[in-house]
Amino acid sequence: MEELDAEPPVMVVPGADPSSRQLCFAWGPAEVLLCETRFDRTGRSPASRVFVVRKDQDIYIHTLRKLFNESHGIFIGLQRSEEELAGKSRKSHLVQVSKNYRSVIRACMEDMHQAVSILSAMELIWNLCEILFVEAAAAGPLLLRLLDWVRLHVCDVDNMVREVLSSEDPSKHELFWNLNNTQTLTEMELKWQHWHEECQRYLQDGTFASNSHTESICKILLGDEDAILEKKELMTTWYHFLVTRLLYSHPTVKPMELRFYAQSSMDLFLGGECSPEPLDTILMAAFEFEIHQVIKECSIALSNWWFVAHLTDLLDHCKLLQSHNLYFGSNMREFLLLEYASGLFSHHSLWQLGVDYFDHCPEYGRVYLELHIERIPLNTEQKALKVLRICEQRQMHEQVRSICKIMAMKALRNNRLGSALSWSIRAKDAAFATLISDRFLKDYCERGSFSDLDLIDNLGPSMLLSDRLTFLGKYREFHRLYGEKRFSEAARLLLMLMTAHIAPCSFWMTLLTDALPLLEQKEVIFSAEQTYELMRCLEDLTAGKSEKQKFQDDNVETMKVEMLRLALARNLARVIVKEGTLEGS
Amino acid sequence: MEDVCARFVSQKISKTRWRPLPAAALQPPDLFATGSWDNEDNRISVWSVGDLGNAGLNGEYQGEPQLLCDIRHNGDVMDMQFLDQERIVVASSTGTVTVFRHHQNNQTLSANQQWEKAHYHVDQDTSCGGAACTGVICNKPEIVTVGEDGRINLFRVDQKDAVRTIDNADSSTLHAVTFLRTTEILTVNSIGQLKIWDLRQQRNEPSQIFSLAGDRVPLHCVDRHPNQQHIVATGGQDGMLSIWDIRQGTMPVSLLNAHEAEMWEVHFHPSNPDHLFTCSEDGSLWHWDTSTDISEKPSFLHQGGRSTAYFSHNTINQSVVSAWLSNDPTKDRMEITNLVPNQTLSVNSLDILGPCLVYGTDAEAIYVNRQLFA
Repeated sequence: MEELDAEPPVMVVPGADPSSRQLCFAWGPAEVLLCETRFDRTGRSPASRVFVVRKDQDIYIHTLRKLFNESHGIFIGLQRSEEELAGKSRKSHLVQVSKNYRSVIRACMEDMHQAVSILSAMELIWNLCEILFVEAAAAGPLLLRLLDWVRLHVCDVDNMVREVLSSEDPSKHELFWNLNNTQTLTEMELKWQHWHEECQRYLQDGTFASNSHTESICKILLGDEDAILEKKELMTTWYHFLVTRLLYSHPTVKPMELRFYAQSSMDLFLGGECSPEPLDTILMAAFEFEIHQVIKECSIALSNWWFVAHLTDLLDHCKLLQSHNLYFGSNMREFLLLEYASGLFSHHSLWQLGVDYFDHCPEYGRVYLELHIERIPLNTEQKALKVLRICEQRQMHEQVRSICKIMAMKALRNNRLGSALSWSIRAKDAAFATLISDRFLKDYCERGSFSDLDLIDNLGPSMLLSDRLTFLGKYREFHRLYGEKRFSEAARLLLMLMTAHIAPCSFWMTLLTDALPLLEQKEVIFSAEQTYELMRCLEDLTAGKSEKQKFQDDNVETMKVEMLRLALARNLARVIVKEGTLEGS
Repeated sequence: MEDVCARFVSQKISKTRWRPLPAAALQPPDLFATGSWDNEDNRISVWSVGDLGNAGLNGEYQGEPQLLCDIRHNGDVMDMQFLDQERIVVASSTGTVTVFRHHQNNQTLSANQQWEKAHYHVDQDTSCGGAACTGVICNKPEIVTVGEDGRINLFRVDQKDAVRTIDNADSSTLHAVTFLRTTEILTVNSIGQLKIWDLRQQRNEPSQIFSLAGDRVPLHCVDRHPNQQHIVATGGQDGMLSIWDIRQGTMPVSLLNAHEAEMWEVHFHPSNPDHLFTCSEDGSLWHWDTSTDISEKPSFLHQGGRSTAYFSHNTINQSVVSAWLSNDPTKDRMEITNLVPNQTLSVNSLDILGPCLVYGTDAEAIYVNRQLFA
């Protein structure tokens, strides 16, 4: 177990009083359930309450749903984008993705009026990470990017810069600002050195001695820290101070040198009056190029996994994260994505987004998805169909079977036999199809007629899903043939149902009884051979019964058997004569 | 694609419908309604996409759909249809059917009339036993609804009780309903059957049953050709588009392998029925265009393989065999285009009227294209 680096924050649950009731708890995917047990300390025993303690309140904010949905699209796009992109085109693609994420954050900021500060901080941090890590700006462009970054996020534009541009020696300043591609870093440095020396000369010569204002400008231009610090109130933050300093003293600062300037800037600016806030710590970690530290600090400071999950994924695509294995196995990117997606699954609506995130977690994504998807409440068939489609697309057969079974059982309880059958067909669940067929047959035996003929008459190839279902279909066909007076076909079918063992043994008596009217017809229907078969079936049926059962059989049963025997015998007699006569003549 | 306007609306959209235009109207539709699902608090919303004087040089417009008003809806919105210019009939997952009125003067919505428990299960365990109402179709003043309970209801607006109810019309779930003629309806169910019901007759049996050959794949949506009433299109759970000729046979005339997952809606273009639109759980929306193979059309319209919409309307009626019923649609030039550029989550619903298309997705976004045939 890793050591805690900070005291965990204490959360008070209103209404829960451990001094009066003993409490127990259980972790959920994104929340804790707190429950009052029966062990009551006060002596009374009121009803127990359950508290649901959620950390992710953000999920329930309406506008953040926009953030989650739009970023989901960007995330999927990033995962699907070609891996063949190499070198420059890959980098520019990744920078574009980063910009897309940031524009989504800004779009949300425009929509929301409260909580803007959190979104604004997120965008600030992301922007810095984009400059330092994704784009990995080199010395030269680095400062320009940092200037843009500060300008974008700080309201007060650097007045000094504006003044500088309008003061003397405009040509020299133009040179400074003109960073076109033809200039190499050394050329630029040389030019800047030259300009810097000239400024220094002016200061030493006392050119500006008469005007203290202009003198201080010159000092600032030379990067004199004290002069800049004097104007502290114009700069809102230490990183604004940092960039200003760099602008005037080290415009060609290299990325790796940033950390020293950053640390000293923060110290100088804050001057030991106030301790750094979480945002400051995060930015400092970024300047120090401690990517893991940035992610860790963000995870602690921000209440939602959205930011760290997406940023880490992007940085992982930039191949900047070493496979820093956490002690329980998965790597940082996957861990954060799993946490984020699990949070989505605890939301009644956003669970659909979570599916795609789990898909892109190679180690544990599938297992997490399997566990989560079974717990989505299925209140309409349409929702169940969507969940099923997700499972089928990922070959999650267990889950398909279990969901179909739940829906089929629900349908069966509501007496929707057709729906129940439709779910069994989807899951290819032969056992359930048998259950449904038995229900139909039971209904038939009780009522003497079939319900839902539109279903049974139109089973089609799904009839073959289970033997019982086949029997049901064929039995209904027998009734239909009989109704259409196609007696010999009906007879053949009836016999086949018994001899081919399609019919369950319990049903044989019914089938034989159905044969009676056919046997009693004026014209002979069953051939001799068929009659022998029928007799055999009857004997098999009665022989199977023990003596005790025969004793318990009521009169109706014995009479039925008697009648059958009589009818069969009579039919046999007639058919022998008939067949014998034909042969003869 | 540049003419598609997207807007994220923070709710999963289950239905989108254009408000119908008055008969003699020439301008395109400018108002549509949406319904949401899977929220603790579902809403019916009315949006406007008027150009509001922002038309550019080519007549294109700027601006996203603007929310005019919305109202809370109990349960998922399973189906929705405009009864007339002001009233919308909505089917709920709780089994209730509600008529909402859109008040134009102050831009509000109110519930005008409600039939609770229009659809229900008889279940000993649960006391409520409501069953989702899955489909609703209107032909003012009549409203027909179908549901998971296999029941068909015929309501008349402003009448409290149902005019007619067919209990246990189907042993499986009825997924969709549409009018075939003013007195006949078509339903599709979850065991792959298309049924015609004659509402004039008192017996509770369908007058005709059609089914797919082969596996009884559930059918989810149905639409009838606007001019040739014997042509019916259905979409199935396997994404297959089936075209039926109900004058003959009991099986579909053509089966077109379309989407990779459930097809949720199928629509013939109401004024230009050589165009068909389908949307699916796989996140795509397809535009099926059979207008290119009509030989009577003058050749200049064949340029680029696309045809312009409006004036071919009359020549199509005269063609002897509709392109939809031809035996080999792959041989005749049928153009199929996916209108969704980056598909992610399901497109649940679409509607088309004139040159305007609107569709809604599970990614909580609405998309409007007002230059469909440009």
